[in-house]
Amino acid sequence: MAAVADRSARPGAIWAAPALVYFAVFALLPMALVVYLSFTRWNGLGSPHWTGLANWSYLLRDPQVIQSLKLSGILTAVTWAFQTAVSLPLGVWAAGPQRGRAVLSAVFFTPLLISSSGIAVLWKALLDPNFGLATIFGPWVGVDDGNFIGRPSLALWTIMAVISWQFIPFHTLLYQSATRQIPSVLYEAATVDGAGRFQQFRAITLPQLRHTIITSSVLMIVGSLTYFEVVLIITGGGPGAATRILPLDMYLTGFSAFQMGYASVLSVLLLAVGTALSLLIVRVTGYRRMTSQREGL
Amino acid sequence: MTVRSAPRAEVRAAPVPRPPHRRYRPRANVPAGIGAAIWLVIVGLPLYYLVASSLRSRDAYLDAGPLSAPGTHVGNYGEVLGEGFVTYLVNNVVVTAGTVAIVLVLAAPAGYAIVRSRSRLVRTSFSVMLLGLAIPAQATIIPLYLLITRLHLYDSLLAIILPTAAFVLPMAILVLTSQMRDIPAELYESMSLDGAGPGLVLWRLVLPLSRPGLVTIGIYTALNAWNGFIFPLVLTQDPAVRTVTLGLWDFQGTQGTQNVPAVLAAVTLSLLPLLVLYLFGRRHLLGGLTAGFGK
Repeated sequence: MAAVADRSARPGAIWAAPALVYFAVFALLPMALVVYLSFTRWNGLGSPHWTGLANWSYLLRDPQVIQSLKLSGILTAVTWAFQTAVSLPLGVWAAGPQRGRAVLSAVFFTPLLISSSGIAVLWKALLDPNFGLATIFGPWVGVDDGNFIGRPSLALWTIMAVISWQFIPFHTLLYQSATRQIPSVLYEAATVDGAGRFQQFRAITLPQLRHTIITSSVLMIVGSLTYFEVVLIITGGGPGAATRILPLDMYLTGFSAFQMGYASVLSVLLLAVGTALSLLIVRVTGYRRMTSQREGL
Repeated sequence: MTVRSAPRAEVRAAPVPRPPHRRYRPRANVPAGIGAAIWLVIVGLPLYYLVASSLRSRDAYLDAGPLSAPGTHVGNYGEVLGEGFVTYLVNNVVVTAGTVAIVLVLAAPAGYAIVRSRSRLVRTSFSVMLLGLAIPAQATIIPLYLLITRLHLYDSLLAIILPTAAFVLPMAILVLTSQMRDIPAELYESMSLDGAGPGLVLWRLVLPLSRPGLVTIGIYTALNAWNGFIFPLVLTQDPAVRTVTLGLWDFQGTQGTQNVPAVLAAVTLSLLPLLVLYLFGRRHLLGGLTAGFGK
């Protein structure tokens, strides 16, 4: 009797169908299309022409793509290391019981509310070597003329600093909320046992945050591999091609040089590298095993 | 819902005086405090520069140092609004509202089906959706451009809304399902004993009990739509359908170095709605920002 009633109220697949169809059309179909487009020549107007492997064989001869991959690799590695080194301790600290925390968090997290283009426009004005804030802090860090984005050697570092400035608040927030979920009993017990603050951080906080470290790292790595809004606005890839990271190279190839076919090759490359890296992280760290042990999510 | 939030309210209403040593309190962490103070300066200075400079006249911007006291020249804001930003703001509101509506309408029944359905198809489709969490939107701009032009939607607000909603959907469904799983099975059973079909169960039971989750995904979606840049960039070019993020970039391009205060006023203006939201619903907003990642 109960089984009959129960079955009557179970929703069928039809309830999930609209979302699935929608997602298939606007997210999965483009994924398939980009692979198809990588075998065509298309200038954005008219119809794509099938050219077989022409774009892919050009990939092997393209000097820019090696350079862009290298820049993306540096950017990804450096911003990952720097953002983690800042946001993890900052998040742990922000989870504590300081006075005036509400005021502090208001400042800490405000960059989260500004759009990428807002941040880029702000920093472009700020980095102006004549009237911007760069005229003041340039000399502090050894750039006397405050010209951060005009020099090839400095431009990439400046971009990495801006990207970190933009995303550290988000990761700090992740670490803060994860730290708050660590049972305080653990710290109380450790204090009773005479463990110092650093020992507690190493033996309790870090292991308890493992899950968050992995989540945050995957987001940072896949994010900085594909993200280019700030670079586009601040340097446009320059000076020269000093900040032409791979996703920006893809965008400019597609929407500025109108070589949509070859740009699709670069998109496929981005998708492949991003997916491979996140799978690798998940594998190496045993993330899947951990998640399967947790209930709910 | 009401049952769960009640004890919390009680605790807050009646603060019990405690002996000072009962609760564990760590000593002040001096090195971390210093680090946090340094970070406060790194975050705070650009923000101060943003607001202070947006209130200077052009001449004052060139004469006064970037860190001098803020001006009182509110005229920049009027100038920005006169430069088409009213249109951009209206477009942003339409894009944001449209995206949130699509996501809520699609995600709620999907989440319900994923949690309660026995169909294998639903479970498979959920795994596909979860894979979607890893698809970076940037890598699909070229095929989306093809798709949108073929649908004759190029240069319309719908062109921005449709893909934005699609890329938010996986996270929205993930957050909703984890909330809907907390609804006790007995409630479903008693409703079906009363003869309610899936539609009624969704409307009368699932939706009211997953309100916090709906708020979270609504905010998460709204933030993504409000601050979206990449889809407006490649799917529109007409100023009539320009969004704020694109307007900022364009404004800097045309005003450039000549009128930095107005450019910065535009940035501040684009941030204001979210800042207001932050002041009135900090918990909700921060929850929406981290959505499923914060778990």
